[in-house]
Amino acid sequence: MDLYEYQGRALFARHGLPVLDGGVATTVPEAREIADRLGGRVVVKAQVKVGGRGKAGGVKLADDAADAETHARNILGMDIKGHTVHKVMLTTTADIAEEYYFSYLLDRANRTFLCIASVAGGMEIEQVAHEQPDKVVQEPIDANTGVDEQKARDIVNRAGFPEEVRDQIVDIAVKLWQAFKSEDATLVEVNPLAKTPEGRVLCLDAKVTLDANADFRHPENAEFEDTAATDPLEQRAKEKDLNYVKLDGEVGIIGNGAGLVMSTLDVVAYAGEEFGGVKPANFLDIGGGASAAVMANGLEIVLSDPAVRSVFVNVFGGITACDEVARGIISAFDLLEQRGEAVTKPLVVRLDGNNAEEGRHILDSAANPLVERVDTMDGAARRVAELAAQGA
Amino acid sequence: MAVWLTEQSRVIVQGMTGSEGSKHTRRMLASGTNIVGGVTPGKGGQLVDFDGAKVPVFNSVGEAMAETNADTTVVFVPPKFAKGAVLEAVDAGIGLAVVITEGIPVHDSTAFWAHAGAKGNATRIIGPNCPGIASPGKSNAGIIPATIAGAGRIGLVSKSGTLTYQMMYELRDIGFSTCVGIGGDPVIGTTHIDALAAFQDDPETDAVVMIGEIGGDAEERAADFIKASVTKPVVGYIAGFTAPAGKTMGHAGAIISGSSGTADAKKVALEAAGVRVGKTPSETARLMREVMTA
Repeated sequence: MDLYEYQGRALFARHGLPVLDGGVATTVPEAREIADRLGGRVVVKAQVKVGGRGKAGGVKLADDAADAETHARNILGMDIKGHTVHKVMLTTTADIAEEYYFSYLLDRANRTFLCIASVAGGMEIEQVAHEQPDKVVQEPIDANTGVDEQKARDIVNRAGFPEEVRDQIVDIAVKLWQAFKSEDATLVEVNPLAKTPEGRVLCLDAKVTLDANADFRHPENAEFEDTAATDPLEQRAKEKDLNYVKLDGEVGIIGNGAGLVMSTLDVVAYAGEEFGGVKPANFLDIGGGASAAVMANGLEIVLSDPAVRSVFVNVFGGITACDEVARGIISAFDLLEQRGEAVTKPLVVRLDGNNAEEGRHILDSAANPLVERVDTMDGAARRVAELAAQGA
Repeated sequence: MAVWLTEQSRVIVQGMTGSEGSKHTRRMLASGTNIVGGVTPGKGGQLVDFDGAKVPVFNSVGEAMAETNADTTVVFVPPKFAKGAVLEAVDAGIGLAVVITEGIPVHDSTAFWAHAGAKGNATRIIGPNCPGIASPGKSNAGIIPATIAGAGRIGLVSKSGTLTYQMMYELRDIGFSTCVGIGGDPVIGTTHIDALAAFQDDPETDAVVMIGEIGGDAEERAADFIKASVTKPVVGYIAGFTAPAGKTMGHAGAIISGSSGTADAKKVALEAAGVRVGKTPSETARLMREVMTA
């Protein structure tokens, strides 16, 4: 989960990192209240999870509270690269003498953590690495030994931070590591890490990504979940414990296993090229069990997307037995009818693997006119794409 | 021979008395796997009856190894306790730890990987979030259904469980030496490269199917390795060509960030290394069939 800047800032503050005083507002009066409390000059920043908000006019400096109110009014509701601004963060301001960069992240390729530090901050670190590679220090961090003061000092010395700020940055490096580790983050990035003319070092931005697998250790971080920005169908699927991702096509997809479902999206998209470019409408992995209830929940979610014109149920029975899946599909129709959500769109079902013969027989015997059975994945993909094109 | 798991393997199950652990222990036994014990702290001394096969439970991996000479462990322990279970297996010095558990925090998997490294990598870790490893007709450590395909001379390595099953099913008449499910997490113990190297050296393997998916650059690095060090034919498949950037597709590791991790980049890298890449699982199976019947 990527955090908003204001959430990252709150998380940094929790770990004793130096951040500017401030608050977050969803309405203009709230913004005014914060500006009044902070007093004097403030920065008003759009809270969106996309880069380039400064250029888009989403970051403004305000001379006083009235000015801040005007900026908040302009920025709230603004569209930045397809993201609507629902929140603004207001902070006090700091004069900047120098800008640095500091981050910890997961290094997948080397299966370890990595610290990146640079005396050249304020711009994309990739750009610095490209243009001034000698100014970027990368240091692998062992997951079990981590970053203590000695390790932090080595990094800070190697990166060549100015003498007068080294102690402050060592302290920040240790605290930032503690935040990274104790919050189960896969990225904590401070850019810029700024020096004021008075020589104070401050974290002026906070980019944080948290590992969803570790949610069980962090009930307090559940508040970071942004239900307003989540697709409503994805939200409903999540409440039903389904792994659903909304896409922008017309063919509903239900399958078992992440890899097989990803592969199903591809096969349907290829087949769709023959039929006017129809595409998958979603990713939905119903996992190993695939009971009638899970199948019904899955179908309900997929069919409540108005863009869906046909549905592909693609199951390989590994541990799951296909006869159970077939019964699940039939009971799902009944269940949905009882819920007043009777299925009206055509389903193409492909069953292979464990007890496939029996599963196919069950579906054939039920003779539901909306359910069509095709024995191969490629053939079924072609048929479901054709049905979606016809349903246009 | 086969790779890493053979009829000689002596297997224990960590979390054997839990619901998943016991379900799959029964299945592994039914497929002929030599299960010599289970580990559940506090339940040592019990015997669990699996359709007549009585399997002893031990309190620790160390105790189980001392009593049974086990050399392989299959971990079904829930995410909260998985790190402790794997660290225990590594500290006991077991040769192979197959971690089935899905949903382990990446700080935990990175920690047990680093610990295994600090112990000289005496323990090969497969997974986490994987279906395990199966050498058909010999042994089965994990949840890959033993009935899909029999023994043969194809090696298979895959990030995805169901695509492993699909591929085994499509090529069931030819059969497999070993199928390794390496898992879909961002940090995994055994990589495509490790499996390719093992298959290259395995006299019972003639060709390799490699299944990848979006996220990370493991397939690109595997392509470099194939170019330099694999002489056996390799056929590839990548899932996720149409996946949008920034969305996690089921597996924690299956995400395109920016321009990195796309299926296209992986396909291009593999093809440049001489790997034939199928557009769909069925086409990939057809390419492998051509290799094996040529």
